[in-house]
Amino acid sequence: MKSARRSNEPLTWSLFAAGGLLAAFLTPPLLLAPLGLLGEGLRFERVRAFLDHPLGALILWALIALPLWHAAHRLYHGLSDLKVGAHRLTYALCYGFAFLVTLYSGYLVWFA
Amino acid sequence: MSARRPYIRPMPRTWWLRNPVFRRYMLREATALFVGGYGLVLLWGLSALRQGEGAWLAYLAGLSHPLALAFHTLALAMALYHTVTWFALTPKLMPSRIGNRPIPARWVKAAHYGLFALCSLVILLLAAGVH
Amino acid sequence: MNGTIVIEVQRYRPEQDPHPWWQAFELDYRPEMSVLDALHQIRDRHDSGLAYRWSCRMAICGSCGLMVDGVPRLGCKTFLRDYYPDRIRLGPLAHFPIERDLIVDLRDFLDKLAAVKPYLIRAAQDERPSEPRRQTPAQLARFLPFAQCISCGLCYAACPEYGLNNRFFGPAALALLHRYNRDSRDQGRAERLPTMNAEDGVWGCTFVGYCSQVCPKGVDPAAAINQGKIVSVIDYVRHLVGLSPATLGQDATQEGER
Ligand code: SF4
Ligand code: FES
Repeated sequence: MKSARRSNEPLTWSLFAAGGLLAAFLTPPLLLAPLGLLGEGLRFERVRAFLDHPLGALILWALIALPLWHAAHRLYHGLSDLKVGAHRLTYALCYGFAFLVTLYSGYLVWFA
Repeated sequence: MSARRPYIRPMPRTWWLRNPVFRRYMLREATALFVGGYGLVLLWGLSALRQGEGAWLAYLAGLSHPLALAFHTLALAMALYHTVTWFALTPKLMPSRIGNRPIPARWVKAAHYGLFALCSLVILLLAAGVH
Repeated sequence: MNGTIVIEVQRYRPEQDPHPWWQAFELDYRPEMSVLDALHQIRDRHDSGLAYRWSCRMAICGSCGLMVDGVPRLGCKTFLRDYYPDRIRLGPLAHFPIERDLIVDLRDFLDKLAAVKPYLIRAAQDERPSEPRRQTPAQLARFLPFAQCISCGLCYAACPEYGLNNRFFGPAALALLHRYNRDSRDQGRAERLPTMNAEDGVWGCTFVGYCSQVCPKGVDPAAAINQGKIVSVIDYVRHLVGLSPATLGQDATQEGER
């Protein structure tokens, strides 16, 4: 019972919580946004201009990366709830994927 | 000699099917697949946006494909469940009193839903093309 | 409205039963009977060998916990009238080893309660450690809800994370830890942080929240643990940037009245 090694979960949990918070407020309305196809909102120049603004870029990056950390965290714990797979493997797969998406979306947002 | 023979019950991986509370918990956890899945849809859109107008138009056409619409509808239901469960839990992590005065939990919840309504309004107006 | 009610009880007698099994009893029913009264009736009229725990009969000793139709409950605080005329299944508390019939081995749970240092700790440089210390109503309110625990173990029977991994410290112990961390008279937070920060401390929790639903005393262990996660995150950052752990004295002002 005296296995008092410090967990690194404060890191992953904070990303999970940030993603969960963002998703709770923004994902439902965003899912309705394709209705914007009816309007002007999703015109190429308009969205591109949004992305070219530093704040817009940051928002888009957060909207992609943080929910993936949220999903990775719940998937990892859900798999261990279901007793699926070895912990190290599912840990590497879940959080590794979120990490890669974070890098790739960051690249697309800032450097592409 | 001790007559003790403690019996340890196994925990099958289907444990969560036995109790409605646990089924709702698993559903809550499963919403994350759709929340994350939608992140990937956005990523796809971002990469299309980077490739130019043609790719962007193809992306938008993809979004109106019946399969994409089905995904969006299901994901919307799941995302709303995420919102409701999230708003039910997060107030427990917040300060529950200011000095001697407790903050009624109802207010905290109401503030969450108010902000949610505001976010929805802003996003939908933006998507509709309002400046 | 007197009739009969069928109670099924899970039996396990280690000297003769290879596995637990279910035994049904038909009892005289009165609407004021508790589940504990039903067990007494079985013992008095049907089988004097039935093993179960109880003491106070008033939801204060915490010894009569059991599963009622799969839900962790206190036998003395659960009434047959809420189930009548359906039959009721009574089993030993989930996730603990069964010792005999409805009696489980709670040693692991009790060890964990003791391991979180559930007592006031004063700093070494405290000059008058035994002097009385006054608290304002606001300081009392910070920890009072978490001090109502009667150590019944229902929350452990409700917690799937404890069932899956019994190294997890679990709801009541972490709520008790939180109770002392939030006490203005205590200065022992740094000593309790390693327990919280561990994989099997607050991080073993996935916020299922069922512990708080079944608690007969309104303790809300899930809130305690998840507030503890924030404390642990802050300590993680402090550790990263090379600061020593915050004592309560320091962060009672920083943290306000969380
Ligand atoms: S926290 Fe509640 S359910 Fe858990 S042991 Fe204490 S009184 Fe029982
Ligand atoms: S007999 Fe004491 S709590 Fe039920």
